[in-house]
Amino acid sequence: MRIFRALPIITAAAAAIMLSACGKEEATSAASKAPATADQVVIVKIGVAAPLTGPQAHIGNDIRNGVQLGVDDLNAQGLTVGGKKVKFELLAEDDEANPTKATTVAQKLVDSKAVAVVGHFNSGASIPASKIYSDAGIPQISPSSTNPKYTQQGFKTTFRVVAHDDQQGPTLANFAVRKLGAKSIAVIDDSTAYGQGLADAFEKTVKELGAHVVAREHTTDKDTDFTAILTKIKGTNPELIMFGGIDPQAGPMAKQMASLGIKAKLIGGDGIQTPNFIKLAGDASEGQMASMPGLPKEKMPGGQEFMNKFKSKFNADVELFAPMGYDAVFVFADAMKRAGSTDPAKFLPEVGKTRLQGIIGPIEFDEKGDLRNGPITVYVVKDGKWEALETVVPGGAPSPQAAAAPKIPAGATQAGY
Amino acid sequence: MDIFVQQIVNGLVLGSIYALVALGYTMVYGILGLINFAHGDIVMVGALVGLSVFHALSGSGLPVPLVLLLAVGAAMVVCMALGVSIERLAYRPLRHAPRLAPLITAIGVSILLQYSAALVWSKQYIPMPELLSPTRFTVLGAHVTDLQAAIFLLACGVMAGLYWFITKTRVGTAMRATEQNKEVAGLMGIDINRIISLTFLVGSGLAAVAGIMVVLYYGIGHYSMGFILGLKAFTAAVLGGIGNVRGAMLGGMLLGIIESLASGYIGDLTGGFFGSNYRDVFAFLVLVLVLVLRPSGLLGQASGERA
Repeated sequence: MRIFRALPIITAAAAAIMLSACGKEEATSAASKAPATADQVVIVKIGVAAPLTGPQAHIGNDIRNGVQLGVDDLNAQGLTVGGKKVKFELLAEDDEANPTKATTVAQKLVDSKAVAVVGHFNSGASIPASKIYSDAGIPQISPSSTNPKYTQQGFKTTFRVVAHDDQQGPTLANFAVRKLGAKSIAVIDDSTAYGQGLADAFEKTVKELGAHVVAREHTTDKDTDFTAILTKIKGTNPELIMFGGIDPQAGPMAKQMASLGIKAKLIGGDGIQTPNFIKLAGDASEGQMASMPGLPKEKMPGGQEFMNKFKSKFNADVELFAPMGYDAVFVFADAMKRAGSTDPAKFLPEVGKTRLQGIIGPIEFDEKGDLRNGPITVYVVKDGKWEALETVVPGGAPSPQAAAAPKIPAGATQAGY
Repeated sequence: MDIFVQQIVNGLVLGSIYALVALGYTMVYGILGLINFAHGDIVMVGALVGLSVFHALSGSGLPVPLVLLLAVGAAMVVCMALGVSIERLAYRPLRHAPRLAPLITAIGVSILLQYSAALVWSKQYIPMPELLSPTRFTVLGAHVTDLQAAIFLLACGVMAGLYWFITKTRVGTAMRATEQNKEVAGLMGIDINRIISLTFLVGSGLAAVAGIMVVLYYGIGHYSMGFILGLKAFTAAVLGGIGNVRGAMLGGMLLGIIESLASGYIGDLTGGFFGSNYRDVFAFLVLVLVLVLRPSGLLGQASGERA
């Protein structure tokens, strides 16, 4: 290891060569300083962008820690790309779950020469930021953004390792109508890209399955008082209430449902399936349900080992998307290995051809960059803990937009299994 | 029908909190002619101090009423000290400056309080530990929890006490005299500075009570929670007639009910064109209408100077 420490200047210079997508002058001046040793180490910067402060900080830091763990594990393994040793470095940026801030930090990551980005958490942040990564030509894997629009913009650089709302919404709806037998359902969303997208997809499928949407209400992602809309919903006597949103709203909402004497259960998406929801809702969380893309943490192929490693390193339990963040780093590393280069222009096409067994299961992307056959699990709160009820694999039901904007040349896509 | 009653109940609970906060705005405005934008953030500090006490004592086995009392006490002490110091340090030096200066100072204090709170309590949402388990009963077909009833009754009690204090006691009379004319009140032997400090003391104490109510009712606290709450309470104060104590109480309750009814019925009345997410729009629409049609508010007296 001593040689690693002895060559900081060389490594930095080498990194500058490897990373300079633009700025030729910089590269040539750096090249003159870098002696061509056989065992030089290339520094590769991986960016992670998520809300590290604010109401969603617990989820953002979870992702950051997952990515950090991935980077550390890769460095411990000692990856070699194109005959050169590679050392990964993490650049963590806080997007505050704010779409405007997201574009600022995206630009910052591009400017600091990140070759790949894991992020962002919120669909509302991932979508505007994806334009910047696309313009810079660096691949972006969102560990968690489930709004369908994210991969429908025709960018070659956008990928995700979760099922999206066109899959999650209908899966929830199927579960609600077929499994729970709900015939009248009220739908609430929090007016965000994520919440509204999920609620719309849910509502559409519920109607197709012949159940009634008795009320469609909206709130915001800053509100805590839902008594008025819940009272209105109570008047329509739904058997189930679906909320498209995240836990700071869902917690008080479950509480207020209890105090209004609403017997219907609350069901939501992955933004609610958090330990925080149970803390915020208290006793009122019992029996509420939420879906979560991916297998249950315990059932993931590498889940138990990952959780132990995570716990011993960060002294925290895996909140939500840490395994996805971890796997995203390995997708990048795998693509670099196959391309024999850490230059985003060279390894980007390889990201689309990924066939990897990750912590979360088999990872393979379709032509838009969405995860193929991403499983979705529905959970219920039992004795103050989330418990898996059932896992659904949506199967390759193509969404109407599937034909639009093929991202990778047709020959490159492998025949799916 | 019971849905309508339920919406009124929801509105009254929300309105109780607005009214308590609105009183702080209106009392300061009455005496100093200053809109104290930091007031909403004092509510936030009260709420977060209360939460800290709840978290510290929730596992201690102390009886629940004692924990509640300690939380309210701690929140009131902190908020009162904060309110009085803000007046002493930020507003008093500017008392004779043009009106814009203290107003901008107030906004600055508000931001200072928010980010100081973010440093102390972090930027995370802080959940309320399970302390109370409200029981439910039915009034006219509407569900009411004992917590909601307690919030409403306590707010009414506090407001009645305040009204008695202002109208019937010597100090209250001095406050009203100061409100009418500071110079003349001073000539009559009233210590103006003491009265102004007292006004901030009382207003901040009410804010602390309101903060604890928010935490108990919604079960959640956050460093930026005071901003919207303050804005709504300010609206309530203007609605009732800013500077008028009874007006603040009426305005708070009315605004709560308007919000409740608006989010409950907008969708049906407009055929789904406006959703319940437009409820704040309607709350502020009411404010605009009041300012256009009756600038001094519902209970305010017309004066040469408009709020």
